[in-house]
Amino acid sequence: MLPELGHFALILALLLAALQAFFGIVGPATGRDRWTAAVVPAVAGQVVMVALAMGCLVAAFIGHDFSVRYVATNSNSALPLFYRIAATWGAHEGSLLLWIFLLAVWTLGVAIGARALPQRFAARVLGVLGVVSFGFLLFTLATSNPFERLMPPAPDGRDLNPLLQDPALALHPPLLYTGYVGFAVAFAFACAAMLEGRLDQYWARWTRPWTTAAWAFLTVGIALGSWWAYYELGWGGYWFWDPVENASFMPWLVGTALIHSLAVTEKRGLFKSWTLLLSILAFSLSLLGTFLVRSGVLVSVHAFAADPARGVFILAFLVLTIGSALSLYAWRAPLLKSQAGFEFGSRESFLLFNNILLVVAAGTVFAGTMAPLISGALGLGTLSVGAPYFNPTFMLSMVPLLALVAVGMHASWKRGRLGAKARALGTALAIAMAIALVLMYGAYDGGLKVLTFVGLTLGVWIIGSSLIDPIDRWRRKLSLTRAIVGMTVAHVGLGVFVIAISAVESYTHERDVAIGKGETVTVGSYEFRFAGDRDIEGPNYDAVRGEVVVTRDGRHITTLHPEKRLYWVQGSVMTEAGIDTYRGTDLFVALGEDLGEGRWSLRIQVRPLIDFIWIGAFIMALGGLVALSDRRYRTAREAAAEPAGGGVIASEEARA
Amino acid sequence: MRRLVVIVPLLAFALLAVVLAVGVKRAPQKNIIESPLIGRPAPEFSLPSLTDPGRTVSSNDLRGRWYLFNVWGTWCPGCRTEHDVLLEIRHSGEVPIIGLNWKDEDEKARQWLAQLGDPYEAVAVDRDGRTAIDWGVYGAPETFLVDPQGTVVYKHIGPLTREVWHEQIRPRLPKQSGAS
Repeated sequence: MLPELGHFALILALLLAALQAFFGIVGPATGRDRWTAAVVPAVAGQVVMVALAMGCLVAAFIGHDFSVRYVATNSNSALPLFYRIAATWGAHEGSLLLWIFLLAVWTLGVAIGARALPQRFAARVLGVLGVVSFGFLLFTLATSNPFERLMPPAPDGRDLNPLLQDPALALHPPLLYTGYVGFAVAFAFACAAMLEGRLDQYWARWTRPWTTAAWAFLTVGIALGSWWAYYELGWGGYWFWDPVENASFMPWLVGTALIHSLAVTEKRGLFKSWTLLLSILAFSLSLLGTFLVRSGVLVSVHAFAADPARGVFILAFLVLTIGSALSLYAWRAPLLKSQAGFEFGSRESFLLFNNILLVVAAGTVFAGTMAPLISGALGLGTLSVGAPYFNPTFMLSMVPLLALVAVGMHASWKRGRLGAKARALGTALAIAMAIALVLMYGAYDGGLKVLTFVGLTLGVWIIGSSLIDPIDRWRRKLSLTRAIVGMTVAHVGLGVFVIAISAVESYTHERDVAIGKGETVTVGSYEFRFAGDRDIEGPNYDAVRGEVVVTRDGRHITTLHPEKRLYWVQGSVMTEAGIDTYRGTDLFVALGEDLGEGRWSLRIQVRPLIDFIWIGAFIMALGGLVALSDRRYRTAREAAAEPAGGGVIASEEARA
Repeated sequence: MRRLVVIVPLLAFALLAVVLAVGVKRAPQKNIIESPLIGRPAPEFSLPSLTDPGRTVSSNDLRGRWYLFNVWGTWCPGCRTEHDVLLEIRHSGEVPIIGLNWKDEDEKARQWLAQLGDPYEAVAVDRDGRTAIDWGVYGAPETFLVDPQGTVVYKHIGPLTREVWHEQIRPRLPKQSGAS
């Protein structure tokens, strides 16, 4: 009965989402306060129904209900409990339900947080979120019902794709979707503000914490996915410019631009129409990502069940929501007036460059991702681009951006003077260059590579520059706001990330070798000795486990145990790399082919600092979380009562 | 002026929507009707061999036999996924596989084959991607089945799986069509 209950709850949720959208948008528009007040109960009902549906699906997985088609295709009686729960979002139908569930959670959060906001505005935000919920619920019910029964029931399930049986990947979709869905909140705030015609700084202040939270989740989600690809896919890379990866990366780039432009809009009342556009864009790219992944228009390693009918539906939904948001924008944006201008070299100008470069970067990724589609649509035949396109074009906008980060943090608002900070920055740059040289010639095997030097210098410089202000304030015994600490932490994370990428890209050693028991091979400055292999058995797989002893100058460093697993149900072979970290350097061994007579092909890699790519990303996200705990967001009601900041209404943005 | 500028995003999006709509319309063709090449002669090619420098691999030499034409590259994650299936096909001896190493580096490609095993009878090197364009390759991996008259019989996009091999490719092969 549970699956029917879940299905029924979804249908009720659809109706409640429709009410939520209707009351939220029509109520304030027609000035009917009782309609406006009805939004919150509709939200509450929708959230309860969606949570119930989600609970029913999880219960079906835990209870091995193989009469449900979705459970039968994605679970198995031998699957451990943790993965049975994670299998709920292991394929298309369930991950959509997860999307809806997370949207419901965000909506609930907004409904609670928005009590401090003017009632009409809050209702509009919830109304727009209702439209989004409605679209996704309808999509799920019409094309991808997870509760569909299987007659007769399967005796056992076909098992969760073994690639997904991994802790990082179990957590990756919920975090990633929390980020995607969070941008729906920024989108809803933007639409509500445009409907309201009230586009002052408050809108920016209300949106900021939500956007920052969404961005932080997305950051962690992408990092987890990349980490998983590194140790699970078994060929040792961490980013492949795959369409699905790009689909999550584009909203991240635009979202990063958005959190920076929101800062300008909140503080100075500038960039309003640009910020609005970015809010729409970030969510549009999240939706577009969903479309690209689900419709089968692009071929990807992440083989989700692609279905053109679903593609048509999402496309229609895309046109409806984004089309109306952009029309609303075209109507409202010309009414926006901005206060005062700013000088070249002011913080505003740096953030403007930040935005331009991030959007250009997103644009290059977009162009590369869409190239096969666009050339196909134009009948030019199909064209596919990979890392040879993405790496250089992406660097083209990223290197200048990184150089600007270090300086931009210290620029003052409005005026283009660095003042006393210029000396501190110069010192930091000199120290950064020295550290970069020490790293290149001391820690790693030397040789002057220009890009390595630039990358390491920029990374260290960004960290140093981020710390100037906090150290200065600490010495003068001034307090630090959470906002400043958050920004510092996030930028330190960026610096760590940049250093890590530079080191990995410059000093990686990899070798693929055929090796027999007892033989030794040298990679980088490490010796890898293959000590043999043996068979082991896991909960739902058989495996061969190799033993590789790593030494350096005769000293034992570590012993690695790469595995090759054969999962029983799907009969698929998975590599589980053996990885250990020694002084920041990853020693990576993956088993290749069994060459017979105890010989194996091994992929051996030595990658310095690679863990810091993900650690850097986690630090960035942590910075976001710290920033959004700032006092001024917790006292939104008081803030709303303050008089409008600035006060000087000078020129329209068009003239500025 | 400003009124015009703010419409730009909307127009850009409209254009994108059209492209996506065309993409969706074409998606079923890719997966079901497969490729405009089906039932047509396979494009001619004559390319250097990866494993045997100095020799060429050419479509003319393949006349009179069934073969699988597999487009791959070491940069392509999906190719790694399907590699075990290709090895199984090779071991089954039912049909030879000709590889097209697409936009890749020779050294890496040779290493790949040395490490993972070589499922190919021959590998043609398509450095600039011309041949792949002739074949209408959308993205690696892609696999074509070509009959003895040189006609493309079947095309699969994305990693080859055991199901595709058993349910789509094998039934199309004549019984006992040996590996040569």
